[in-house]
Amino acid sequence: MAITSIKNLKEFSTNNDRFEGAHTLCPGCAHSMIVRELMNCTDDNLVISSNTGCLEVSTAVYPFTSWDTSWIHIGFENAATAVTGAEAMHKARKKKGTLKDNDAPVKFVAFGGDGSTYDIGFQWLSGAVERGHDFTYICLDNENYANTGGQRSSATPIGATTSTAQAGTHSYGKKEKKKDLVAIMAAHGAPYVAQLAPNKWKSMAKGFQKALETEGPCFINTVSPCTTEWRFDPKDTILLTDLATDTLMFPLYEIIDGHELNILYRPKNVLKVEDYLGAQGRYKHLFKPENRHVIDQIQKNINEYWEMLQRREEARI
Amino acid sequence: MAEKFDLNDREVWDGNYAASQALRQAQVDVVAAYPITPSTPIVENYGAYVANGYIDGEYVMVESEHAAMSGCVGASAAGGRVATATSSQGFALMVEVLYQASGMRLPIVLNVVNRALASPLNVRGDHADMYLGRDSGWIQIDAFNAQEAYDLALCAFKIGEDHSVRLPVMVHQDGFITSHTAQNVYPLTDEAAYNFIGDFQPVDDLLDFSRPVTYGAQTEEDWHFEHKAKQHKALMDSRPVIDEVFAEFEKLTGRKYNRVESYMMEDADVVIVGLGTTVETAVVAAEELREEGIKAGVVGIRVFRPFPFDQVREALKGAKSIAVMDRSSPGGAMGAFFNEVSAALYTTDTRPLVTNYIYGLGGRDFSIDEAKRIFKEQQANADAGHITTDIQQFSGLRGPHLGYFQTQRG
Ligand SMILES: Cc1ncc(C[n+]2csc(CCOP(=O)(O)OP(=O)(O)O)c2C)c(N)n1
Ligand code: SF4
Repeated sequence: MAITSIKNLKEFSTNNDRFEGAHTLCPGCAHSMIVRELMNCTDDNLVISSNTGCLEVSTAVYPFTSWDTSWIHIGFENAATAVTGAEAMHKARKKKGTLKDNDAPVKFVAFGGDGSTYDIGFQWLSGAVERGHDFTYICLDNENYANTGGQRSSATPIGATTSTAQAGTHSYGKKEKKKDLVAIMAAHGAPYVAQLAPNKWKSMAKGFQKALETEGPCFINTVSPCTTEWRFDPKDTILLTDLATDTLMFPLYEIIDGHELNILYRPKNVLKVEDYLGAQGRYKHLFKPENRHVIDQIQKNINEYWEMLQRREEARI
Repeated sequence: MAEKFDLNDREVWDGNYAASQALRQAQVDVVAAYPITPSTPIVENYGAYVANGYIDGEYVMVESEHAAMSGCVGASAAGGRVATATSSQGFALMVEVLYQASGMRLPIVLNVVNRALASPLNVRGDHADMYLGRDSGWIQIDAFNAQEAYDLALCAFKIGEDHSVRLPVMVHQDGFITSHTAQNVYPLTDEAAYNFIGDFQPVDDLLDFSRPVTYGAQTEEDWHFEHKAKQHKALMDSRPVIDEVFAEFEKLTGRKYNRVESYMMEDADVVIVGLGTTVETAVVAAEELREEGIKAGVVGIRVFRPFPFDQVREALKGAKSIAVMDRSSPGGAMGAFFNEVSAALYTTDTRPLVTNYIYGLGGRDFSIDEAKRIFKEQQANADAGHITTDIQQFSGLRGPHLGYFQTQRG
């Protein structure tokens, strides 16, 4: 059942403590905020799977666990399949009547980092969505392989420096565009797909609720600022997220049934992308004169993408 | 309620069909599967049984074998009966998840129809995939024919799901030779088969929300070693349970299984030790040679993991010269099976002569004549009191003889 009281942040943030504060994520890591926002938006029983990555290694270090709900980790790529296996078992056992409480609602959720979602686990995610299981996949998109020390992923944007796409005297960092996974997942025909951000916690909670309530496979990409690899002060996580959403570097929108697009947040003042880039260490080199063209390119890409989203929203097709 | 399926007391089934009937009678809750020759019909048949109401279960056709085993892990952790099937490349793709399944102590049953590993690409049977699984922490049971593929698949559920075991189990059969050859099979009634296995009793069930569980936690040097030691202990401790399940099965059917099968071993001087269909071929050769006065015997390894070290030692202690048959390319060493059997023999006082034959790769036929020739070579060793050929040689290979590691020739 969805929690209805999401007006008051204090009330919302404490209403359902199923994710313990004791974990070893970095201070300021947005992963834990996103997990809490998911856990707090529903009273239903949750079966959660996690891909290998920061969230997983920081929340279930034997003999401890941060998860006060059913939780499973198998590998880096296959959390989507593991949770859909559990979902299939739930169906089978419901039919046979072998569950303790046959009627209690259960929701199935998989978490993956951008590396495990956009890259190595892409096939497993695609397969699970194609098969139409009733589950929600949430990607914690910090745009790098944080757990292995900040390598590039196909979610890393142009111009970022990473340990495997380094900026140097002959390079401005990552050269390739970020993969548009949200569009790809919408193209799978998933009934609900969205891009959400933890600073906009009401819309994030609503998006999660929609995904949980929608029957069938749902995909959500969440912006998850990483203090360690993006290089900013841990106290500034939400500030960074505000900059991400207000520059439209991360536009927030949903796509229903693969085509109906709704923009979920329209900044009153759209900020320039420099404000966002300048607030973090991984883009520092872009402010050298010879790299000005990269900033211009990023801004151009943002404008074009925003234009496209608005047109699609208007077109209602 | 599942529809009734008509069965005769005697059926003509191939090994794949036999294995799939075991899945039906066990009323497996979830099969997550991906097809590969020669094991494909096992999961196809499960799908057909679901489609026709013979099984109340969920058939999940995933996009790869890695996903098949991943789905099985999630399903098994959610507390129900789970099985799938694979071979060769599919097995290889599953390997990562095989370790994850056994580490989480999930009693999944995997029907493995043995097949060579590429390259070169080959759809026929050898045991390369079987050896690839040998350190993955699964119980591995080997069926030598279709009847056994059926019987042992039923036993596999009962063994793996036993609460003192809680381990995944593979049941192997030889690709095409067993999987695609129709034979007489005597099935149990549905009722007898299901009662033998019993209802699935969940433990640490993801769908029991009164007791939330964490599966697949992280451990480093602080605990990993202890977990692996406990897992090994669980495998070793499964031995009496396997014996009990086999004994119970014998009471029910009259068909007796042992972790090591011995044929004519009471007084055997020369022995072939093998796996799968090779055992039956060697038995026929031994019977024929007995008529010529050669005291030939055969040892077949039924339970490959946990390796029946004690029984192998016991079964072979009176032999003079032994051929250990590896149906897998050794890749720059002695055959893996040879090494294991030799290790068991090294600790006996009598310490017989042992040689290693690499044979039957990629489905190359292993004939009765070839088995006889190997027995005769062993007889020559026994007569000479030392190894007269090479310690390792390829048997049945076209072209020049390939042999390695010579001893002194007397
Ligand atoms: C098959 C496999 N390859 C590589 C790894 C090593 N590995 C573990 S986590 C990780 C990166 C995780 O990145 P991401 O999914 O983006 O999550 P994050 O840590 O950034 O939250 C890698 C490469 C692995 N565990 N398994
Ligand atoms: S490295 Fe980044 S993603 Fe990982 S725990 Fe730290 S802040 Fe979070």
